[in-house]
Amino acid sequence: MLFFSYFKELVGKEVTVELKNDLAIRGILHSVDQYLNIKLENTRVVDQDKYPHMLSVRNCFIRGSVVRYVQLPPDGVDIDILHDATRREARGG
Amino acid sequence: MSDGPGLESLVDQTISVITNDGRNIVGILKGFDQATNIILDESHERVYSTKEGVQQLVLGLYIIRGDNISVVGELDEELDANLDLSKLRAHPLKPVIH
Repeated sequence: MLFFSYFKELVGKEVTVELKNDLAIRGILHSVDQYLNIKLENTRVVDQDKYPHMLSVRNCFIRGSVVRYVQLPPDGVDIDILHDATRREARGG
Repeated sequence: MSDGPGLESLVDQTISVITNDGRNIVGILKGFDQATNIILDESHERVYSTKEGVQQLVLGLYIIRGDNISVVGELDEELDANLDLSKLRAHPLKPVIH
């Protein structure tokens, strides 16, 4: 549940989601659910010349199971808070 | 795309689905469930190739199993109408490798 909570904090920020088929989609994080499915708004594919398959898509839902990386804004993570939270989770709550 | 992370807001809208095997299927979202299984009405597949423009294959009413879905995009009708698919050339998308 830790990363679910963490991603909820990132709602409204711009992220790049790289998929397991090498497609990378940039957009504003709109929402996340328990499966880490991601909804992005105002999306554009990073290499549109190579991947014109989503040219008429501006909002999308990405299935959590196909996400390889989520690239975050530089100020998107508070290391100290995340450290504490991971330690707490490792101790079992 | 208002509230929540589900697909509620896309029901009865035209969507573009990218599957794990790299296909692109466009249709009207009629239903979905927890596992992202979806029902598409009046669907067609858009086949990309480098040799010719995008080919459209009529599929009709389709159910896609959630396991096989990568992306569900809301198709912007205006942007789509301005696309000249016959001039678009691209390699088909690669399949997802888990």
